[in-house]
Amino acid sequence: MSRQLPVCLLTGLLLIWAGSGYAQDPNNQLSETQQARYITLIAELRCLVCQNQNIADSNAPLAQDLRSQVHSMIAAGKSNAEIKAYLVERYGDFVLYRPPIKPSTWLLWGSPFLLLLLGLVIAWRIAAARRTDETLHNAPDNAALARALNEEESP
Amino acid sequence: MNWRYVLPAVFVIGLMVMLAIGLTLDPRKVPSPLIDKPAPAFSLPSLHQPDQLVSQQSLRGQVHLLNVWASWCVACREEHEQIKQLATTYNIPIIGLNYKDERSDAIQWLERFGDPYQLIAVDYQGNVGIDWGVYGVPETFLIDQAGVIRYKHIGPIKPADIPQTILPLLRKLGATGVMQ
Repeated sequence: MSRQLPVCLLTGLLLIWAGSGYAQDPNNQLSETQQARYITLIAELRCLVCQNQNIADSNAPLAQDLRSQVHSMIAAGKSNAEIKAYLVERYGDFVLYRPPIKPSTWLLWGSPFLLLLLGLVIAWRIAAARRTDETLHNAPDNAALARALNEEESP
Repeated sequence: MNWRYVLPAVFVIGLMVMLAIGLTLDPRKVPSPLIDKPAPAFSLPSLHQPDQLVSQQSLRGQVHLLNVWASWCVACREEHEQIKQLATTYNIPIIGLNYKDERSDAIQWLERFGDPYQLIAVDYQGNVGIDWGVYGVPETFLIDQAGVIRYKHIGPIKPADIPQTILPLLRKLGATGVMQ
């Protein structure tokens, strides 16, 4: 128990340190719920300069601009959908880490289910093949059993 | 042949084809949703006359280019010869959008490398850049007579891009200066 305490403290300190990056944005006048929305939103938006980072993690100037844009839009009372639409209008769906479901992304969203279905079909076919094998293997035994039963009855 | 062998083979070949196509795509070239949409309006201070506001209104009715550049952008230097060629040889009016740059640096840069721009708007904050979906410099937009964006070139325009993509597009749109 006592050994876990320093670890807990260190984790807590690290979390505070990690969170402090968000507080560096200028004119911080968001309410607590707005601040929470801000943090989730910027984590879901892709930085187009360094494409494998979201705008929360990126230090690229464009990411900073987009963060402050999102910040001021939230402060202006815009909804998450409105903010996302604003960015998609300018940068395309690529800016969203969670792409919308539409004809061009059906395959993207559907492929895990397609693969699952394919796996189930293959598993079912293998199981079915094994079952027929077993019946075939058991067939002589059944015949022997029947013969044995017949012999028992006949005398 | 048994489906048991054919099906996995088809699956693997299909996967390989998809991956091969993926390798030829450049992930840095994000298709712009602004293509075939009206060019976003702007009103920004001019580089040479800071007290004057400029907009693309003065080029309404003409096929023109909007070139996003900055003095700190090394690739802009590389493409500048092509921008000059488009302006002088083909008489295409070009708007320069000076992106997140210091005025004095920008003016010095133009003195050194030449100024092919019909007008230069200063986007110091990068807000107009956001409206145009700019995410890196240089970027060049081709705008038609009706003020609609027809093409976006991401990255520097290379010498080969002029005959291969830009001139055919300009001809198709009926830009004066490129018609034979």
